[in-house]
Amino acid sequence: MSRGPNLAQLLAASEVLVCCGSGGVGKTTTAAALGLQAARIGRRAVVVTIDPARRLADALGVPGGLTNDPIRLPVDAPGELWALMLDPAGTFDGLVRTYAEDAQQAERILANGFYRNVAGSLSGTQEYMAAERLHALHADPRFDLVIVDTPPTRNALDFLDAPNTLTRFIDHPLFKLLMVPTRRGLRVLNVAAQPVLRTIGKVVGGDVLADAVAFFQAFSGMETGFRDRADEVLQLLRSGVTRFVLVTSPRADTVEEARFFAERLRNSRLAVAAVVVNRCTPAFGARPARRPRDPDAVALWENLRELETAADAERANLARLMSSEAIGADVHTSFVPMLPSDVHSMQALDTVRSLLFPASR
Amino acid sequence: MDPLQSVTAARLAIVAGKGGVGKTTVTAVLARAAIRRGLRVLVVELDGKPTLDDLVDGAEVQHLSASTALREYLDTHGLSRVAKRLSSSGIIDVVATASPGIDDIVVLGKIKQLERSGNWDLIVVDGPAAGHAITFLLAAKSMLSTMRGGPIRTQASEVAEMLADDTRTVVVLVTLPEATPVNEAAETAEALRDRVGVHLAPVVVNAVDEGAHLPVDAAPEGSPMRDAAEFRNARRAMHSAERVHLAEALDLPQLVLPLVPGSVLDSTAVDGLAATWDPR
Repeated sequence: MSRGPNLAQLLAASEVLVCCGSGGVGKTTTAAALGLQAARIGRRAVVVTIDPARRLADALGVPGGLTNDPIRLPVDAPGELWALMLDPAGTFDGLVRTYAEDAQQAERILANGFYRNVAGSLSGTQEYMAAERLHALHADPRFDLVIVDTPPTRNALDFLDAPNTLTRFIDHPLFKLLMVPTRRGLRVLNVAAQPVLRTIGKVVGGDVLADAVAFFQAFSGMETGFRDRADEVLQLLRSGVTRFVLVTSPRADTVEEARFFAERLRNSRLAVAAVVVNRCTPAFGARPARRPRDPDAVALWENLRELETAADAERANLARLMSSEAIGADVHTSFVPMLPSDVHSMQALDTVRSLLFPASR
Repeated sequence: MDPLQSVTAARLAIVAGKGGVGKTTVTAVLARAAIRRGLRVLVVELDGKPTLDDLVDGAEVQHLSASTALREYLDTHGLSRVAKRLSSSGIIDVVATASPGIDDIVVLGKIKQLERSGNWDLIVVDGPAAGHAITFLLAAKSMLSTMRGGPIRTQASEVAEMLADDTRTVVVLVTLPEATPVNEAAETAEALRDRVGVHLAPVVVNAVDEGAHLPVDAAPEGSPMRDAAEFRNARRAMHSAERVHLAEALDLPQLVLPLVPGSVLDSTAVDGLAATWDPR
């Protein structure tokens, strides 16, 4: 049927694996299970998660929870498994320190109220920082595989628009409005913008706006560094060493979201390398052709029929996804059946791993 | 007794829950259940793509986005020149970045306007996705503490008043009968009560596999019928155990929506689910 690489081959050959999909489909668990298998085949893998449920962190053997710095997890494997939880604001601060001309410029920016808003809450910042972190970890000699669990939002793949997204706050309309480039390449405050500024100030308050102006003035001169970095990140994402794993459940609504992500990738001229379908209704085998007479047996027969109907509906949902032009005909799909409980122990995680990689139980 | 009494007694019901728990389904079922009681119902969808349009027979559906709400707000406050000038290049981004929460305030302000209009008995809002519900509902309070005056502050104080009044607003939390969503619902409930001070309606447990314990012995060991029955029993046991955990972690009545295996969500299915909440 499919001749593309299966998950095991992808895991062995990639340097970066990006797991994408909507919320609640088991994306973090899948990323962690991929990391576990990577360690078992001798790779040094790091899993980047975004706000994982506390219990998963516990399951990974990190009682204090994950931090912004990679922590090595206790796994019995020839390779290594590390994990970290992305701190977008902290990562952004690091970038500012890297590209500032001097410590004073960095401090001016970091202390600015508007900057804190951008770093903490501007939509896209989290995605931007996930991509930035991925790039830094890829270059880190401690690791040879980076597995990224993207944020559970529709704009999770916005970093693919880098450098547009990666530099979005330089391309911020307010920045363009405030700053005009001069012939020498420096930017100066646009005097013509003053009346508009006064009016915006009426809406949001004068001190808020003063912060914004101070921020853009302080930031001036750092754009080139940010842009170059964004280009490097994009190159890594587009190179053959990065592969995208689409994670979904077989439910109609999440399948629809998965198709959205697949198309999002295609629009950025990238491709889904593999699909993981979590929480599938298992197949139990053939149901007796004739409905039994015994009332107890009837209940069981009806139950099996209900589960067959559910599995059929799931197959129909997934067929719609796989027939999408955004997913190649040779893309390999892995199915993980619905488990009797949540994955919140290393043992349960290992069960998921063995279901994803049946050849290496 | 009417299981929905505290919801239908309010004028605004905001449906909240993490991604993937079935928030949109619950919004549709709540709206339909209110219509079955003879109420005039408006469904409000925030941002995103329209998914509720044809799901609720008899309800009006409106789509609100922060950018249109902000433009409307600026227009009606004598700031249409700014609105025009910035609308071509992401107006919402500019103002929202300068002052986070302002986009939430204008959306809530618009909802308040709809609520005050008296055109509907109940407005059901499909709330913002993922963990945004708390910041969304907190926006009014934080605005009040950071702004000293101006039109936005007035807006924020009217919104805060609406949210704190349990005869006007209730929040309907949605969860699934699984460990992680149950924990998250309990944490969200605590934050909504303590930090936002909003009244919580019964929590909706979505997609619960209900039904009697299947007599597995009626089929031979290893047979498909037996395996399927054991699987179903295990899942039902997990769902009822998680409902007990939820009851322990969160002192709210539970409203259950049954799991309908393999069903497609359309207006007929929504009506069928709403009927399970009819007054007894």
